[in-house]
Amino acid sequence: MALTGVLRPGHVALRVLDLNAAVKHYTEVLGLFETARDSQGRVFLKAWDEADHHSVVLREADTAGMDYMGWRVDSGATLRELAGDLEKSGLATNMSWLAAGEHPATGERFRFTVPTGHVMELYAHKDILGCLNGYENPDPWPDGLHGMAPSRFDHCLLYGDDLDRTVKLFREVLGFGLAEQVVAGPEKMIIAAFLTCSNKPHDVAFIRQPMKNKFHHVSFLLDNWGEVLRAADIISKKRVSLDIGPTRHGLTRGQTIYFFDPSGNRNEVFAGGYIYYPDKPTITWTDDQLGPAIFYHDRKLNEAFLSVVT
Amino acid sequence: MRLNPTVSRIYIENCGESFDCATTQNVLRGMECLGRKGIPVGCRGGGCGVCKVRVIRGHYRTEKMSRACVSAEQQQQGYALACRLYADEGDLHLQVLGQMQRALQPSDAAPAGPLEN
Repeated sequence: MALTGVLRPGHVALRVLDLNAAVKHYTEVLGLFETARDSQGRVFLKAWDEADHHSVVLREADTAGMDYMGWRVDSGATLRELAGDLEKSGLATNMSWLAAGEHPATGERFRFTVPTGHVMELYAHKDILGCLNGYENPDPWPDGLHGMAPSRFDHCLLYGDDLDRTVKLFREVLGFGLAEQVVAGPEKMIIAAFLTCSNKPHDVAFIRQPMKNKFHHVSFLLDNWGEVLRAADIISKKRVSLDIGPTRHGLTRGQTIYFFDPSGNRNEVFAGGYIYYPDKPTITWTDDQLGPAIFYHDRKLNEAFLSVVT
Repeated sequence: MRLNPTVSRIYIENCGESFDCATTQNVLRGMECLGRKGIPVGCRGGGCGVCKVRVIRGHYRTEKMSRACVSAEQQQQGYALACRLYADEGDLHLQVLGQMQRALQPSDAAPAGPLEN
């Protein structure tokens, strides 16, 4: 097995102001499928092509934003090894183990906080429900899809203060690669980092900003530019709050559109990008070219995109 | 007296802007529909706090807003997010408090150096 250690972002847990409105958004607009509810009132969802039991968790709260992000690792042995490495690193805080079953259909999870203030989890097991088109002689996509119908939860973009030590934790402790970075000034201070544990241009990205633990967006994968345009149609048809797009990122090359869930948590659906290998040189953007780095076509900084977080 | 009692006049005290807004439509959406400016537009969902205002005068109602943006005490004092704010009959006078605080800044506008704990 060539891809080892941390395999992928496996779940993101979001706070929403109105659970019913959120479930309606994530199932009917986005097109995820509800797989469970628990006694705490949490709702668990997955995308059609995902095998595991859930990838999105919604919880009603009096604030919006992200509770935590969970990472699937390749084995129980890796889970214990990485937990030990995190404990020794001096980079992680608030470390704890959550018992198997705290999330339905999920094994034990190791929870920790990274220096930017975001809560992360590692886990090695989640029950497989399977994708909707099966694994034997499958059709390319299943019937019964709704809304934008992304195939999977792809990544998050997070804002926080201590970017340097969070990047150090992901690279040196968890083994992530730095696919792209944005640097500022003559000292080339890193102000944005696109980190990958896989062949994707990013599995998580961080942007330097004074406040800890801010959430910029959760992203879901579409197949092509036509589906991004169709997502834009759905945003208007369903009266969803549009942020920006459809357009193209310079960073990661994604074809993208951004919008907000009913609690103000930003969502992205995107297509495209490139294949990342661990020996691929890091792409660097300089801050004088931030406009095209973020939105390649209009080459301008977008105030709301850079400022609005939950 | 207004011809249509379901429309209120919204006054943004900071910039002198004013516009009509149906009492069934939130103030931020009312402003956006008419192409008016004055209140920063963020998530439009009560979560980000960019459109925070204080109601100076007038009758209004609000929907649920993130407590990270408007505390219970502030809410009693007339603070609200414009995307969750509805005028009742009559005029509504607002002071805009929310603002965009951009994260990524080109270096000539950057506020400070590296932030370390």
